[in-house]
Amino acid sequence: MSEADLQSRVMAALDEVMDPEIRGLSLVDLGMVERVEVDGGQVRVQLIPTYVGCPALGLMKADVERRLAAVPGVESVTVEFLRKPLWTTDRITPRGRERLKAVGIAPPAGSGPTEHWTPECPYCGSTQVHRENVFGPTSCRSIFYCDACRNPFEAIKPV
Amino acid sequence: MTALPRVTTADQARADAGFHRALVELLYQAADDDLILAQRGAEWLGLVPHIEEDVAFSSITQDMTGHALALYQLLEELGEGQADHLAYFREPSAYRCAVLAERPNGEGTYLDSPRFDWAYTVVRQYVYQRIKRLRLEAMVKSRYQPLADLAEKMLREQFYHLYHWEVWMKQLTGRTEEAQRRMTEAWTRVLADAPSLSSLGPGEQEILSSGVLPWSLEKPFRQALEESARSYGLPAPNAWALPEVNGRDGRHSPALPPMLEHMAEVYRIAPAGAW
Repeated sequence: MSEADLQSRVMAALDEVMDPEIRGLSLVDLGMVERVEVDGGQVRVQLIPTYVGCPALGLMKADVERRLAAVPGVESVTVEFLRKPLWTTDRITPRGRERLKAVGIAPPAGSGPTEHWTPECPYCGSTQVHRENVFGPTSCRSIFYCDACRNPFEAIKPV
Repeated sequence: MTALPRVTTADQARADAGFHRALVELLYQAADDDLILAQRGAEWLGLVPHIEEDVAFSSITQDMTGHALALYQLLEELGEGQADHLAYFREPSAYRCAVLAERPNGEGTYLDSPRFDWAYTVVRQYVYQRIKRLRLEAMVKSRYQPLADLAEKMLREQFYHLYHWEVWMKQLTGRTEEAQRRMTEAWTRVLADAPSLSSLGPGEQEILSSGVLPWSLEKPFRQALEESARSYGLPAPNAWALPEVNGRDGRHSPALPPMLEHMAEVYRIAPAGAW
């Protein structure tokens, strides 16, 4: 198998590694995979952490190692977290944004921290929403309420 | 003044004794401030005024603990030992947190009859986030590139921490007489300790001259506090005296040793345990 083949198998496998805190969303969807290097059977994956203190980083690393070890042709896997480039919410891919909505989480309206932003309700698409809490069940999420369809929902906090 | 070259790796930093010493000193101060104040925050879990605040405050303290960890990891790369060990296994005199960070939340403990002071907590967390913003902005201009990169990332997260406490400051000042009285008392107590936050300790000159930080934090911090006093109708800070026991030189208040003992209790039983 050529290195190019292995590279594409590795990328496909990474797309199956899900965020431990948002099931249904892969590390690729999140824009966390910065670089994949294949040298013979040795694979080096460079990831960008979403939040400095995200407690799921250790799980993600272990999940990547486990998933890639099962790819035929892979002999060893090294996973590194980079300090640069910075992860910002505009790294979430278009497919990632759709997948977030599918699990009831509004994708970010943009990137860069801000006091006020208006996400679209992931259930009905309305922007008649109000924020209940800047903070939510994980570092990256806030809690909103949709005044149109009367559902509470979570939203990715712009960073 | 000629600009000193950037230091891009831990090995380069270790090759310059003066720079290394100054960098290590600053990293301990910043990491210990975040860790210890986050622990004081964590003691409020389940005791804050309402459930949304529990979600917010615990999320902020989790971020702060994560920031401390990232700074301890920089220290680990610089040869100081394992990050967990640095957080939990040092003697109290090795901690460099400002005395403000270690002050108890009030009377009692979270395990036994907590009679905590919410006004003091709001003011302390707010004032801490003010200095932390200034410190991160300075760190972005640090000669040590790994620290500059990390600080840039932390700033984006810390935006929401400061904003959260600004909302509380607005809500609790200029309203009822009792709230104003309690906030003024808390403000006065926090201001007495505030110089400990901007102090860079006995190594301040070296931290600045080596370019670990590009400027002193005291002046911008005092200006920020004067602005806060005006916005929230609180007394202006007048005297600015570093408390005799301020934490930056390793001398701490009696509150720190029992706090560390409690924090590290589980880790010390099984340092090799995986969590």
